[in-house]
Parts: sequence; C-alpha cells; structure tokens
Amino acid sequence: MSALLLRDLKLAVRAGGGFGLGLAFFLIVTVLVPFGVGPDSGLLARIAPGILWVGALLACLLSLDRIFQLDWEDGSLELLATAPIPMEGVVLMKALAHWLSSALPLVLAAPVLGVLLNLPTAGYGWLMLSLALGTPALSMIGTFGAALTVGLKRGGLLLSLLVLPLYVPTLIFGTEAARRGAEGLANATPLLMLAGITAGVTALLPFAAAAVIRVNLR
Amino acid sequence: MRVEDLGCQRGGVPVLEGVSFTLAAGEALALRGPNGSGKTTLLRTIAGLQPPAGGRIELAEDSVAYGAHADGLKATLTVAENLAFWAAIHACDKVSEALEAFELRPLATRPAQKLSAGQKRRLGLARLLVTGRPLWLLDEPTVSLDADSVGLFGRAVRAHLSAGGAALIATHTDLGLEARVLDVTAFAATGGPAPGGFAEAFA
Amino acid sequence: MSIWEYANPRRFMGWSAPLVPLFSALAALLIALGLVWGFFFTPEDYRMGSTVKIIYIHVPSAMMAINIWVMMLVASLIWLVRRHHVSALAAKAAAPIGVVMTLIALITGAIWGQPMWGTWWAWDPRLTSFLILFLFYLGYMALWAAIEDPDTAADLTGMLCLVGSVFAVLSRYAVNFWNQGLHQGATLSLDAEENISDVFWLPLLVCMAGFGVLFAALVLLRTRTEIRLRRLHVLEARDRTGRKGSGEG
Repeated sequence: MSALLLRDLKLAVRAGGGFGLGLAFFLIVTVLVPFGVGPDSGLLARIAPGILWVGALLACLLSLDRIFQLDWEDGSLELLATAPIPMEGVVLMKALAHWLSSALPLVLAAPVLGVLLNLPTAGYGWLMLSLALGTPALSMIGTFGAALTVGLKRGGLLLSLLVLPLYVPTLIFGTEAARRGAEGLANATPLLMLAGITAGVTALLPFAAAAVIRVNLR
Repeated sequence: MRVEDLGCQRGGVPVLEGVSFTLAAGEALALRGPNGSGKTTLLRTIAGLQPPAGGRIELAEDSVAYGAHADGLKATLTVAENLAFWAAIHACDKVSEALEAFELRPLATRPAQKLSAGQKRRLGLARLLVTGRPLWLLDEPTVSLDADSVGLFGRAVRAHLSAGGAALIATHTDLGLEARVLDVTAFAATGGPAPGGFAEAFA
Repeated sequence: MSIWEYANPRRFMGWSAPLVPLFSALAALLIALGLVWGFFFTPEDYRMGSTVKIIYIHVPSAMMAINIWVMMLVASLIWLVRRHHVSALAAKAAAPIGVVMTLIALITGAIWGQPMWGTWWAWDPRLTSFLILFLFYLGYMALWAAIEDPDTAADLTGMLCLVGSVFAVLSRYAVNFWNQGLHQGATLSLDAEENISDVFWLPLLVCMAGFGVLFAALVLLRTRTEIRLRRLHVLEARDRTGRKGSGEG
C-alpha cells in the first residue's frame, strides 16, 4: 500500500499545480478578507483564527475531486479494485496522500498568513496544532465525498455541496480551539473533540468510502 | 476455473444468462460476439467488479488479472515506473521480464504520455505480467497494436499458458492460439425480468 | 406472510392506493381542526401575545423536519441491508417533503423570532442546526438527481444518508458547544417543569398529528409516482434492448 501512497505523491509533485494551487488559493483568500472587512488590526486579530480555518478548509476542498477522478478516467481504479490490497486500504492511502500533498502545506503556511491578519502571538502554536489535528479529518471526509461523486461527469460542484455540511463539526471545533488558544482561554475540550473527530472518521469512513467506490465501479 | 449458469446484467438490464464453461490451467478461451453482446460485462463479472445476477463462479481468490480497455497508466510516470507500481501493488518482481517480453526496454525511461497508442497498449499488456496472477481476463487486447506487436502478445500469452496460466480473451483478431471459442450470443438473455432486480417485483 | 411482502412494489401499489385519499382527508381534517382551535379558541400568551400562535405551524413542521430525516435513514438502512426497492424510493420521495418542512420551520421561526428577539435570524444552536439539516437535505436530493442508474443512486444516497446522520448529530453537539443560544428549550416533554399548559398543548398535539398524517399521505403518493417512474425506466430499457417486456404490472 505504501507503493500507492508514493505513486500518488510522485504524481502530485510531477503534475505540479496540485499543492501550489491550493496554497496560492489560501493566500489569496486570506489577502482578500482585510479588503472586505477593513484594515482594523484589532478586528483582524479577533477573526484571524476563523478566517485561516475557513481559508484552509476551502483550499482543501479545491483538490478533492482529483483524489479518485484521474484514477477513474484512466482505468487505474478498476485495476486497483482487482488488486490484492483491500479497497479500504486504497481509500486510506488516497486520503493520506491528499493530506500530505494538499493539507500539510496549508498547515505549514498558516502561521505566515497569520502575520498578515495580525494573529496574537499566543495563537500561532494553537492555530497550527488545531489545523494539524483537524485537516486529516477534512481530507478523510473529502475522500468519502470524492468517492460518492467519482462516476459523475461534473461532480466538482456537487462534491462541494455534499462535503461542506459534513465539514461543520470539524470547522467549529477547529476554530474554537484556535480562537480560545489565541485569546489565552482553556481550549482542551475543542482540541480533544477535534482529535476525536479525526480518529473517528479515519477509523470508520474508509469502510463507507470503499463501499461507495465498489458501487460506482459496478 | 469453472463458471456455472452465470447471469450478467448491465445497468439493471439482463444481458447474458446461463453462461457455463470451464477453463483449466494452460488453456485459453476466446470470447466472440458482436459489439454490445456482453463480452465486457462477462469479463467484469468474472473479475468481481460487478455482482453476478445469478449462477456461480468458482475461482481461486486473487487469481485474476483484468486487462480492460483503459490501461491504468499514469501519463507523468515513466514506462518502468508504471510497471514498478503495479508490480509493487501485486508484490511481484517481474518488471524486467515484462519489459523484455513486450520489447519496452528501450522505452523504459520515457514518460507514458510520450508513447504512441500502440506502445501504450503494449505497456498495458506488460502490466499483466507483473501481476503474477494465473488467470488473464482480456478485453480486446489487440486494439491499436500493429502486426508485430500482436505477434509479441501472442507469444506472451503462449508463454503464460505453458507456465500453467489461463486466459479468457474477448477479441476479433486471430492470435495464433489454440483456443476454444465461446460465442456469447448463445447466452443472450431472453428478456425475462432481472433476478433480484426491480422488474421481477412486478410479477 | 412476512411483513417484507408489503414492500414488494406490486403489493405496495395495491395497499397504498386507498390509503392516499384516506390519509389526505384525515390530514386536512386534523390540521384544520388544530389550526382553528389553536388560532381562535386559545388565550393569548401573557408574554408573547398573539405571536405565540405560530407554534401551531412552527413546532409540527420542525418536528417533521427531523422525523422525516430519521424515516429516510431507516428506509435507507432497509434498502442497504434487504434491497427492497420501495424502501429506497420512499427515502427518495420523503426528501423533498423534508426540505419543505425544514424551510417552513425556518421561516415561521424567523417570523416568530422577529418580534420576540428583535431579529429575523440569530446564530442560535437550534436555528443553526436546522440550517445545517436543510443543507443535508439539499445534498441528498442533489446526489439523487445527479446519478442516472437508479440502483447506484439508491446505494450512494443510502450511504450518504447514513454518514450524514452521524454528522448531523455531531453537528448538533458542535453547534451547542459553539453558541449557547436564545431559543427556548423544548417545552413539550412530559416531565419538564415549565411545560406549556394544556390549553395550548391539546390543539398543538392535533396539529402535530395532522402534519404526521399529511407526511404519510404525501410520501405514499410520491413513492407511488417513483414506482411508476421506475416501471417506465424498466420498460424503456427493455425497449432499447429490443426485447419484449414480460409481466409489466
């Protein structure tokens, strides 16, 4: 299964675009917000954790439809279905590859963008920790959504409609953890909930996504 | 491998019924029939990609290598990398044999997107060798191959058979194999309702 | 005879046919009774005045919005486990009713909230949860609409309903955590101290029963339509393959 992970990462690097685009999108969203709400640094500092979380979430969403679509088009997915590795493993590796290539760069870039939004000093560590704990859940949920829409011609928009409501709990606990951390409040509960969501979806959603892929291959 | 009274459906519509045949090690079976007669559906059903509508398929687990219309190649990976990936997935180390058998050695470091259609097809067929699976299910394997490449492919199939493998091939071309022929039109579904499908429930 | 026999499309068409007009009439009767009773024959609330009367629509529709999703979940599970087509089609038929109920609950809530809280909308946990539920309904319906093969669509939407239900419950807790809210607690439980008095409770109960029966009538009607559509689909598929259909009911 590590071969699949390595191949997907290699493809992401060679195709370029992949994480570069996501990062650029994250940057642009973050830059647009002060234009929209005004340059008041106090206001920006207050909303910075939320903006960065929403920005990272949307940037994550951008690359979801490529998780299975290319493998579907060139027949790899069918061949993987007849291969000796279980489809659940394929799904898990796909989600992991998506996280490493699309979400991890966002986690690492978030503090830089935090500077632009005047994020309080105390917030940087919490922001990165909350993103690091929460983005795997975003990748996993997104992989499930991508599995649902893989057979559709124009699944991209539908994918967003299906996945965004599923992102609500992760977003709430993620921003709460980051915001409370930035304001110096206790944030153990949202952090634990966030970790719980990530653990839960990683344990259960591969089964759902694999079942859905098998249906789509029929 | 043995297939008994197998029924196949496509999009909920029965296509084939009562398909029965056996295939022993070292044998090849050619599927014949016009377009849309259900050859692909039969191969996909045997490969386990879609559930049978009835009947039984006796088959050792993990014994099937499916060669579809699409080759499952990644455009940005080289020929050798594409093969190495599928070899790793199947935990099988025959990449260099596969390169030799389909004369892909000179192309090994070329990205798959720079190959011609026939070369891509050869690479797709070379993939079968690195699966290490005994039963090949091939859907129109010779599409876009020139005469020489068809010869290469015929040789590869013969080598596979003499090594104890088996092959089920849907094709219109003569591969120079001593293969029995199974005409799928003989099993065309007679229009009865799909077992377990929605239509049956009206009866 | 097993209870599952009733899920055979042919039998379903048989037993559901007389129930649709029966349930429709009953629903009209109950809702008319409940609304007239509630609007004209109950005292005005000492705090909320006449605006309180919107509960006779707001509460039943909100209740149905959730119940319909639960019904869809059960129907999806039955389809995924036992492969009864009627079950999948009933889930499909229920979704648009659910989305309308959710919308009614949201709109009547806004109309009620404006004089009470001084705002049409607040990011209160209950309101927010209903908004999220609304999005879930939309996604579910969009997925049904996007997939051509009906069995594939039933499988995929069933899985989405299953996963979505887990996330809907999770969202409810997350939203509660996120904002404590202004919405009054549910005042209909039997043991609550601040229960509303019987004067309001009885007509409300009639309205809730009316909405429930209305849903039953609508879902049966829509499921019958879906079954006819599926029959058409099967017949067309047979036509395309050039064979004679047999046993079309």
